Order: sequence, then C-alpha cells, then structure tokens
Amino acid sequence: MRHNQNHLHINRRDILRAGSGLLIAFASGVATAQQKNTPQIAPGKTLKADEVDGYLDIKQDVSVIVYCGKVDLGTGLRIAIPQMVAEELGVSLQSITLIEGDTALTPDQGPTAGSSGIMRGGVQIRQAAATAREALITLAATQLEKQREELVVENGRVMTMARDKSVTFASLLEGKPFSLKIDEKVRLKNPSSYTIVGKPLPRPDITAKVTGKHPYMHDVKIDSMLHARVIRPGAIGASILSIDDASIAGLKDVRIVRIKNFVAVVSSNEWTAIRAAKLLKIQWSDPASLTGHDKVKTWMQTSFADNSNAAGKETLIKKGESGKALSDSKTVLSATYYWPLQSHASMGPSCGIADVTKDSATIWSASQATHRLRGVCARILNLPTEKVRVIYRDGSGCYGTNGHDDVCADAALISQAISQPVRVQWSREDELGWDPKGPPQLLEMRGSVDENGKLAVWETDMWLPKATASLPNIPLLGPDAAGISQPQGLSTGLITQNAHPPYAHPHLNVTVHWLKDSPLRPSNIRAPGKIANSFAVESFIDELAASAKRDPLAFRLEGLADPRGRAVCEKVAELMGWQSRPSPVNSGHQGRGFSYVHYKFNETYVAIGMDVRIDRKTGSIHVQRIVCAHDCGLIINPDATRQQIEGNILQTLSRTLIEETTFDRSKVTSIDWQSYPLLTFPEVPELIIHLLDQPHQPPLGAGEAACAAVPGALANAIYDACGARLRTVPFTKERVKMALEKGSA
Amino acid sequence: MPVYHLTVNGEKRTVESTDPEQPILYILRNDLSLTGAKYGCGLGQCGACSVLVEGDVIRSCQLTINQASGKKITTLEGLSQGDTLHPVQAAFVTEQAAQCGYCTNGMVMNAVALLAHQPKPTQDDVKQALVNNLCRCGTHDRIIRAVLRASGKVLP
Repeated sequence: MRHNQNHLHINRRDILRAGSGLLIAFASGVATAQQKNTPQIAPGKTLKADEVDGYLDIKQDVSVIVYCGKVDLGTGLRIAIPQMVAEELGVSLQSITLIEGDTALTPDQGPTAGSSGIMRGGVQIRQAAATAREALITLAATQLEKQREELVVENGRVMTMARDKSVTFASLLEGKPFSLKIDEKVRLKNPSSYTIVGKPLPRPDITAKVTGKHPYMHDVKIDSMLHARVIRPGAIGASILSIDDASIAGLKDVRIVRIKNFVAVVSSNEWTAIRAAKLLKIQWSDPASLTGHDKVKTWMQTSFADNSNAAGKETLIKKGESGKALSDSKTVLSATYYWPLQSHASMGPSCGIADVTKDSATIWSASQATHRLRGVCARILNLPTEKVRVIYRDGSGCYGTNGHDDVCADAALISQAISQPVRVQWSREDELGWDPKGPPQLLEMRGSVDENGKLAVWETDMWLPKATASLPNIPLLGPDAAGISQPQGLSTGLITQNAHPPYAHPHLNVTVHWLKDSPLRPSNIRAPGKIANSFAVESFIDELAASAKRDPLAFRLEGLADPRGRAVCEKVAELMGWQSRPSPVNSGHQGRGFSYVHYKFNETYVAIGMDVRIDRKTGSIHVQRIVCAHDCGLIINPDATRQQIEGNILQTLSRTLIEETTFDRSKVTSIDWQSYPLLTFPEVPELIIHLLDQPHQPPLGAGEAACAAVPGALANAIYDACGARLRTVPFTKERVKMALEKGSA
Repeated sequence: MPVYHLTVNGEKRTVESTDPEQPILYILRNDLSLTGAKYGCGLGQCGACSVLVEGDVIRSCQLTINQASGKKITTLEGLSQGDTLHPVQAAFVTEQAAQCGYCTNGMVMNAVALLAHQPKPTQDDVKQALVNNLCRCGTHDRIIRAVLRASGKVLP
C-alpha cells in the first residue's frame, strides 16, 4: 500500500517556490500536540538506503519527492541532487521536491562530510533514479505492448520513440511503491545526451536568502518554546564550586537548570536569558590543564619523545630504502612545518531546538550528520533511537563538526529537565571558544635531489593526534558536564592523507608519530589534515627545486605521469603566463608560486598559482591574483562547483594568513572577531578559476580539494618574491619579518 | 511593561520591553518575526544583524530599543516590494552571491546604504564599504560583483 501523504509532515507553508522553478521543502517546523504522539518514523515510508523507495516517491500528480540523507550546507547540493535525479529519471526539475536530512523521512547516507555529497550521496540517489526508470520502462513495455528498446522516458512519462504512445509514471505505478533494491550495476544515461546535468542552473534558495525568507535553524519557532543559554565553565575541565542564585534575583521569568557541572538559564524571553547568563555568578575550579597555544609545536614532539603522550609510531608508506639513500646523498634538505589549531569560525553561532517528552524527542538541528546525531541524542536522553527524530534546518556554514551537535545536546538536556521545548543559541564566545577545533599538525620533511636535478628521496615524519577507532561521535560538552557517560576519545577526520609528493620518488617513507591527546577537543575541519600536509609537501618540493636551481613547475611535471594531473598544472601555467625559471626571482617583493594536489590521491585534481607582493617593511602580504584549474570529474552544476572552489580558496587563504586559536593554561582566548580575525574584503584577490569537465568520468567532490593547494602556492610565492620561507601558519606580519631576517619562520 | 513605538518597513509598530537596553535585533526577530537580520556576534564586529535606521546602516545588536524608539527602521524583508526584488537583491540573485547565506543580510543592507550615498562605486570602494562585514564561506568575490552589478556596472 502506498503510504499516506499526511504522515510525511510536509508543511506546504514551508515550501518555497524558487528562481529555477524547483521546489524545496522542509518537513514540518511546528511541533503540535498531535506530532508529539505520532511515531518518529512516517508509517509506510522506508528509510532503507539500498531501496529505491528510500529516496524516491512518485506522486499521482507526477511530482516527485526526493529524500536525501545528505544536506545542503550552503554548498549547492539542493540544486545538484535534483539535477541528477531529473536527468536520470526523466522528469522535469520543476516536478521535484527535495527533503534533506530528516531522520524520519530520509535514509542514512552518512554525514555530509568529506566532500561526499555528490560523489557518494548523489551517486547513490542517481542509481535509485536509474533503477526506477528501468523498472518503469519494463512496466510500460507490457502496458504499451512494445519492446523495452523502443521506449524512452521524458517529463514523467514513458513513450515510444515515435512519441505516438505514452504513459505516465504515476499511472504505471498505480499508487504502489517500487519495492525494489537499488541495482548498483544499473545502466546509467550516456552523459553525451545530458540536458540537465552540466547546466549552471541557479540555486533554488538564493532568492529566499537575500529577502530574509529562508528558514534557518536560528529562525525556527516551536509552540511554547523557551530560550536557554548554557553557561560554559571558566576553564576547560572545570567544576562548579558555587552558584549564587541571588545574583539573578532581580530578573523575572528566569530559572536555572543545573545538572552537575552543566548550568543553563531558561526564560520565555531570549534577551532575559542572555542577561541572566551574563549576571549569574558561578565560581569554577581551574584545573589549568592546557599547554598554551604557543607551546603546542614543541609539545607535540617532546610529549611523544618522553612517552607522556605517545600512542605509537606507524610507517604508513615505505618504498625503496629512503634512510640509506639519504645517508648516501651529497646534500640532504630538511624542514619542519606547523599548522595550528583553528576554529570552524561559523558566522552564526550554533543553535538547536529540542522538544523532549517522557518517551520521545524531536530535535531541530543544522548538524552535518543528523542521522548520527539522532543516535547520540537517544543515548543522552536514554530513549530508544526510533523514538528520536532529528529535523534538518540550514544553519550558518559549518565546514566540519562545529558547535551544531553540541548545541543540540544542550537543548535536549534542558528540554528533558524541564519538559518543555527549548531553543539554545550559542554566543560568539561560545562558538569560537568551545567549538571543537581543527587539530594541530607538525611535519618534518627530509629529501634530496640527484645529480640530474631529479627528486631522489623523500621522507615525511608527522606528529598527529590519533583519532579513536570506531568512536561513534565526538564527545559532546553538555553530556560531559552533566556527568552522562558517552564514548570518549578523539575525532579528527582522516588527517594523514596527501603527506607525500604526487611526483615520482625512487625512495619514500611516510611515518606518523601518534599522540594520545590533543591540546583542545579536536574534530574534522574542512579538508581535514590535507591542507597542512599538502602545505608541507608542496612547500618542500619547492625547497628541493630551488636547491637544484630548477623551475618549480618543471620539477613537478617531470615526475608527474597522471594526465589529468598534468592537465590542471599546465592549464594554470598557461593562464598565469608561467615563465620557466628557478625561485626566488629576487625582485625582493613581487613573486609567483605554484601548488598541485591530487586530493587523497584518488579524487579531485587541483592546481593553483598565485601572484603576491610583499611589503618588506611592514611584513604584510598582498595576494594579487589566484589562478586555479580544477578537475572533479563529471560536473553536475558548473556555477555551484565554481562557487565551492571560490569558497575553498578564500577560506583557506584566511586560515593560512591569519587564523590561529589561542589559549592559555585554562581556556581559549580567541573568542571574538578581533582575537580570531577572518579575511576581509580589501584582502580578496582576483580569482581566475578554470573547470576541466570530464563528462565520462565519475563525479568527485568540490567541497574540499582546492583548499589543500592554497597554502603551498602562497608560501612558494612569498619565497619567490623575497627568499623568505614560511613554514609556520599563520603567515603573520611578524613571521614574514622574521623570515626576511633569518631566511625562514 | 514599558512600550516603544517604531516604524518598521513602513508600518507603525508598538513593542514592549522590560529592559530599555534590549537590542532591537531581538525585538525584530522574536517580537516582530522579522528574521532577516541575523545574530552573528552581538559585538558589532561582523555585520550579520545590519538594518537601516533612518537610511543609515546600523548594527541592530548594538542599538537598544530605547535608542531606536520613534525611528524608522528598514529590514531585509522591507527592501522588496511584493515579488519585486530591490536592485541589490536582484543583483545578488543574478550573481548567486550566497553560500550558506548567514552573512547575506549584512552584505545586502550595507550595499544598499553604500549605493544610496555613492551610486557609482569602484571595486575598491565596494571592498572598503564592506570591510567590517565578515563572510566565512568565501563568497566575497560574488558579493563584490553583485554590488557593482546593482550599481549598473556592466560585468562580463
């Protein structure tokens, strides 16, 4: 039986008619008494990730609802996924309604992370659409008394090639679901015949975003919702010594919720809650357990060496005899590179709403992993997972696991304590101070060039916090403070990839020195690990090329066989008008730099070139132009892809030039936009982006790869300009001046 | 409870606040359901909460209800006339100048204020006008293009 549409909680008021005519929908935003008593999974709607009905629902009016477990984080998935479905299924884009991330409606396709939205999530849904199309053609062949080969699909109908007979999808299905497993080997449409995929169609949510009508997480209102602020400790790991309730006695309509070291103030008025959070006097202990940000670089090596923080040494790659080859080399170069802790630094501090009743919970969240969060909330609340529903709403861009999951746990704990729906909004200080941080990375490189000026030996030694195996989620702040047990450990993302050169190397060794702990709670931040690794690799390649007095691009290309890799490098060289010569140019202030990455060694290809100007007196770096060539396979939407690349580049430029989370012995001290500044408009360079489309290759990710090529190109351009080698991020004016004085910093 | 009178997007509105120091950001978002202005920092550092007060662009997280009393306020929602977008909004759509869009309110409101005072800005003028508006997604280039487009500049 077809399921009843009324149980889908699709609130038509929330449906936005967008510029491209595409409909986007959000499942009901208003919790009613009725909803509280309804099961947390819509009856009849399968959530199975391997079934066509998990993703597609073709309605009697030939509209199509697409259920997507991945979410649009401002990345353009909201247009790209419908483009893929419309193309493969044979329906118009206008007929599609996309529902994202709602755990009661969408299959669990894993977190929207690792640049996997299209590469995995979209490809899975494309297979569902192709399986559905083939099944519809089979049904039509019987009904129209034709051979399958004589039939085509178009605009929600199966028809004969002569267009003389046709039947709608809806009438073929007769109101029944497909009840089909996704055929992973299903015939896919030939890209040569694409009419929707590959078009730079406008994103459906931009009009609403520029008119104030887009329904962000931060804008959701629930009946009888209260506003809460959580008061974070005065120091990391601190406990409460005393609370002075009288300090907020002057405020009406406020209550304090305390669970062990978890404290929140709750009010029906948001401003009152903010005032109460500021006024409430709490005395905290101060464990003073942190290293301080300025000591992390040294601490990473010493705490491994003295065994206080060592979690083993692991050889990741070994090829040839690098140790012997290095000792046989006439000249060996070595250099150490450091990437600091950084914040996701979302523009909007995290926000979440929870409505927890005795036996169920509904959470509104901007999490990049709603399905994972569902299990986490169920554990925290001691409810069966099937009684918890997480509804996705767009948040401020997160670029990894920021505070979105934490804030939902906060809201869930408070709502459970007071049996009322609760909205928790983090402050700026909360977000920059308490979001889990991108972990620090330290890399030591050694290498040599042979007598012919070719790369001969390469060794990478990394010091990295070790991610805990099978950790279901990052330990969240609220439950930790409230004394609720949760799996402990470190979450970092995959941070060892791209730590050796993508160029021919007769002898190679990559070793990691694992650290048991990290200075602050770590999590995945955009292009985890790959930015720092690629920075070190692409800087050190330049150092080797310079030592051999070789042109850095020619030095790379000589060892690069992959034609797609060569193509992006050569494109950048062409667009920059690259002149073959060694670095530095010794102009003293004007230089160019190059960097290349084959992301994770099996995904997107990116080359970046930069022109920079250095002010030797002030140490300031003026990036004038950034040229990027990008090959992410089949491009679904070139404009959205281009925008992702622009974002990758500018965000990583900011991270490389300016950003470092600072902390003392007790807590994070970079807690506003003055102490944690971001790139500003006057610093934005000219951007030239060239997309190399590969329609007959699988689609890869565009959400991360270009990040990894940014810092190397910048460091190399600075070296080219003035002979100063920057190996420590961020590239502050002080560091530039120090490098100008000493040769490196 | 003390009562305050405002004109918001051309309509006279009366709001209550127990605290005269309450920033109008919360009044707009919670009492008047105008959620275009966003809370970004509460410190006047990012621009996400920008609104126009008597035509000048103001950080609504820094303007108290007491200060705003009797003033004419325009929010992002008040720029468009029905389905007809303000030229700045239309240019943002043409340039697809938003990723997550959380900072977009501030960008649009500051651009509207800039063009009111300086109808034909150069690219550097636009960059300077937005120097105190932060964007984390890296949409800067498109935002600059959108503001120039709204000024009538022909873009490739």
